[in-house]
Amino acid sequence: MTQAIITSVAGPVIRARREGGFSLGEAVHVGEAGLLGEVVRLSGDEITAQIYEDTTGLAPGDSVEGSGLPLSVRLGPHLLGNIYDGLLRPLAAEDVAQRYHLRPLVEPGESVRAGEALAEVEGPAKAQVLLVPPDISEAKLDHIETGEATLDDVVARLTLPDGTSREIALAHDWPVRRPRPVARRLPPDEMMVTGQRILDSLFPIARGGRAAIPGGFGTGKTVLQETLAKWCDADVIVYVGCGERGNEMAEVLHEFPELEDPRTGRPLMERTVIVANTSNMPVAAREASIYTGVTVGEYFRDQGFNVTLMADSTSRWAEALREVSGRLGELPSESGYPAYLSSRMSEFYERAASVETLGGTRGSLTVIGAVSPPAGDFSEPVTSHTKRYVRTFWGLDRGRAQARFYPAIHPLQSYSEDAGGLVDWWTAHGNPNWRTQRSRILDLLEAQAGLERMARIVGKDAMPPTQQLTLLCAGLVDDAFLRQSAFSPTDRTCPPDKQTEMLGALMRFFDLAEAAVARGMKVEAIAGARFYRRLARMGEEIADGDPTRFAALVEEMETELAGLGREVSDAV
Amino acid sequence: MRFELGAGGAVTAIEGPLVFLRRVVKAGLGEAVEVEGGDGRARLGRIVALDEEGIVVELLESTAGLGIDDVTVRFRGEPMTMALGPGLLGRVFDGVGRARDGGPPVPEMVRRRVDTGTINPATRGLPKDFIETGVSSIDILNSLVRGQKLPIFSAGGLPHDRLAAGIAQTARLRGEDEAGFAVVFAGIGVSHDSAESFRAAMEQSGALEHTAMFLNLASEPSAQRLLTPRYALTAAEYLAFDEGRHVLVILTDMTNYCEALREVSASHGEIPSRKGYPGYMYSDLATIFERAGWIKGRAGTLTQLPILTMPADDISHPIPDLTGYITEGQVVLDRALEHRGIYPPVNVLPSLSRLMDQGIGEGYTHPDHPALAQQLFAAYARAARVRVLSSVVGRDGLTETDRLYLDFGDRFEAEFVNQGAMRGFDESFALGWEILAMLPPGELARLSDAQIEAHIAPVLARAEAEAGDG
Ligand SMILES: Nc1ncnc2c1ncn2[C@@H]1O[C@H](COP(=O)(O)OP(=O)(O)OP(=O)(O)O)[C@@H](O)[C@H]1O
Ligand SMILES: [Mg+2]
Repeated sequence: MTQAIITSVAGPVIRARREGGFSLGEAVHVGEAGLLGEVVRLSGDEITAQIYEDTTGLAPGDSVEGSGLPLSVRLGPHLLGNIYDGLLRPLAAEDVAQRYHLRPLVEPGESVRAGEALAEVEGPAKAQVLLVPPDISEAKLDHIETGEATLDDVVARLTLPDGTSREIALAHDWPVRRPRPVARRLPPDEMMVTGQRILDSLFPIARGGRAAIPGGFGTGKTVLQETLAKWCDADVIVYVGCGERGNEMAEVLHEFPELEDPRTGRPLMERTVIVANTSNMPVAAREASIYTGVTVGEYFRDQGFNVTLMADSTSRWAEALREVSGRLGELPSESGYPAYLSSRMSEFYERAASVETLGGTRGSLTVIGAVSPPAGDFSEPVTSHTKRYVRTFWGLDRGRAQARFYPAIHPLQSYSEDAGGLVDWWTAHGNPNWRTQRSRILDLLEAQAGLERMARIVGKDAMPPTQQLTLLCAGLVDDAFLRQSAFSPTDRTCPPDKQTEMLGALMRFFDLAEAAVARGMKVEAIAGARFYRRLARMGEEIADGDPTRFAALVEEMETELAGLGREVSDAV
Repeated sequence: MRFELGAGGAVTAIEGPLVFLRRVVKAGLGEAVEVEGGDGRARLGRIVALDEEGIVVELLESTAGLGIDDVTVRFRGEPMTMALGPGLLGRVFDGVGRARDGGPPVPEMVRRRVDTGTINPATRGLPKDFIETGVSSIDILNSLVRGQKLPIFSAGGLPHDRLAAGIAQTARLRGEDEAGFAVVFAGIGVSHDSAESFRAAMEQSGALEHTAMFLNLASEPSAQRLLTPRYALTAAEYLAFDEGRHVLVILTDMTNYCEALREVSASHGEIPSRKGYPGYMYSDLATIFERAGWIKGRAGTLTQLPILTMPADDISHPIPDLTGYITEGQVVLDRALEHRGIYPPVNVLPSLSRLMDQGIGEGYTHPDHPALAQQLFAAYARAARVRVLSSVVGRDGLTETDRLYLDFGDRFEAEFVNQGAMRGFDESFALGWEILAMLPPGELARLSDAQIEAHIAPVLARAEAEAGDG
């Protein structure tokens, strides 16, 4: 073990005189309490380290011990269903004696290679697989256990080509800043179903995609992330609470065990890992928590799972970078952030991908980062750099949020570069018209913005009926389709089939209403029709998404509009 | 007391609130220090930086009168702590926890650090008990729950003090007695008058013996403001988690706190972030606000009602902005409403309570409370848009429906937001439906048919009957 002696302490950063070799990124233990830290700079005899715990009480003269290893976290089947701090140390009491059941997939004597599944592992949460470590390109399996084992028991032994042998346990360490290798990256052509209409139908994200949710305070970033964590069709959720509220973590901990994953019938908590570094926890660990989260995500991706990682909020991570950088005396760039902010962000988002794993299966890691721009201004550095690295952008709007119009995603400020690649997915899932329907809705919303500006000058009453109808249709899209309360037991998630039905009903309405107005019907009469209220509330009222009920609604609409039409022509 | 450095020789420089010492003792970061000048007055400070040669101490009291050659420095060997015990309530303390009411010190049962209190999120209970404040715009639309941190975003000259005192006097769980209730008031750089008027209000309502006050007055050193909320919260945590009380902490004015933070940061020569405030202001404020909550297995709760004044009425200023990113919502006071004589002048649209959904509805308030709130918000937001429209095209340029919204908005402000006496929940709830009934049922898309039937239809029937009578 190499040692160093502290020469100065300032907040989360210490400097020390070294006696022996240290390397950049090495984990260190500092002071009597052995506080965890990481070497961030080496120069001559001096090392600089950021400390991941409260540094109160540290003093010059205290010792620093090198670990000889890069900052790492412990990965294993125990992670699912639990809550950890920014460096993956348990926050809730962990059952160290927990036993897992092993079912070997390979016989002793067979040769195996990196990433290959050795055994199926069953524990309290969902079944997982034990893999050959990524750094072993080829080996022969000597021995493998069947039956029960704890995390650190040796469960398999491999012989490497050079004759040395390697013991494998259920848990292993992995450096947080090093991406786990994959065989190759795959194109983003499979949709991650979120159950949120405005996302899936207008701004979808592919598996392995990267999305950002920027928005001022209280606009709904956290609720949206929690909603996705609950209802998206991922196999594993990694929820990183980075510099946000303790109560929000508590909420996830309370709610998720009670909620059921609609696809498996199991408690949602069983597919979830929480990494929590709340705003009052040490700031350096906040910086690390993002890497910890992606590393955990990659670990599950390598087992062939579709993983979705939520990071709330990446702005707090960037601020932690800024704070540590300031303490290091680095030259600040834009808004005081270090010049390497952008490259760090790209490194992080690059770790999202749909991949063929080393073991030859398909897995994905989708990353969704919240961004908290100061004063809600999207031109600030973190938002603008994020925009360069994500393909999907869900911009939250303060005006919508204040009207309690949720999710407050602004349809004209959001985009999805994944959408083009997902047309086939929608066709395969029952909606061959998705592309045209989507652009019809986007056009309508675009037209609405223009007309509303005009209404502010001439007054709505003075507008021609066709324009009034455009406003009515756009308002209906907002109310009936884009709005979706996260707290409604019936509407909080909306499967693709139901989205397709709803889109169909809307399109039919646009056509019929247009024809009716052409016949001379009053727009206010359409808005006052009985079916109109049913249409506006269809998400809530047709809870099960039953196609026959949608058909009935469309029929009601047809008869009523025809009836209204007759009154008009009779009157003429 | 661990170590004392005699007069002379220890101090190398004094700059603003910072005292630079030669490093002749082993002391750690964050430890408390007392610096006594030739005048014999001990000043409290803490170690903020250390290297091999020197120690930097930040004084929380005035450095005026300190000379380089005549100071004595006492190292406490531990961070700032506070003695806690029974008898905190009914007392008045200064900004660093010393009795200022002439009474004896609080008997010491335990001694706690004033700056810890990182609650492990895994031990937190979920705040969900609805607190009735008596204010309609809060109870119905931005409900407060126990363990929440809900700031009041105010501005110079607005009646935030009156509102906070009113809430402190009224705030109870529905149908609960007083015994387990306590108020901790932290005056941070406040004027003597506003401290006194709060005290008088509490005295008048007979709640003074449930109240502990921590006062750092405007005339007192600003560096001390950094500690005042921490002493107050340490006491509040004792009352909540040791004595099992439901504690409401009023922190006023957090803007003064942030100004002090900026001042101290500048004196350290740190690189400032937005508007000169330090880059770590978010984290620093979080260490205060995150101390709200409740802990599984403990009887009491700690609810925070911080007050801040938005510089230049600007909600995007770093102080309200960073606060909003940490707290669980905000109650925004509005000057235009105040000018129209509306009290409390709560602008409900930018206001928000994030924990509301956990504390209202079935089993808490009324099953239809969430729908009522949703519909009121949607309608009032539309009214606000129509108002802008009508200011350009005039009332006549509006459609029939839009004119109804205009009237709805006016009545909502004049009768629902505006209130003389405090209102009970049921009264506010009924009033909400009453006003909503001005709009045609077809417009109420956030309500189910059953809700319209149950709450709107009776109002309409009554109105019809009255019209028939008249
Ligand atoms: N989809 C939704 N459905 C219903 N309510 C919502 C939805 N999204 C947000 N809300 C409401 O808005 C409030 C604020 O949302 P949220 O906490 O997610 O904001 P945020 O953007 O994460 O803010 P901050 O940056 O301060 O953390 C929630 O408490 C909830 O009441
Ligand atoms: Mg949030």
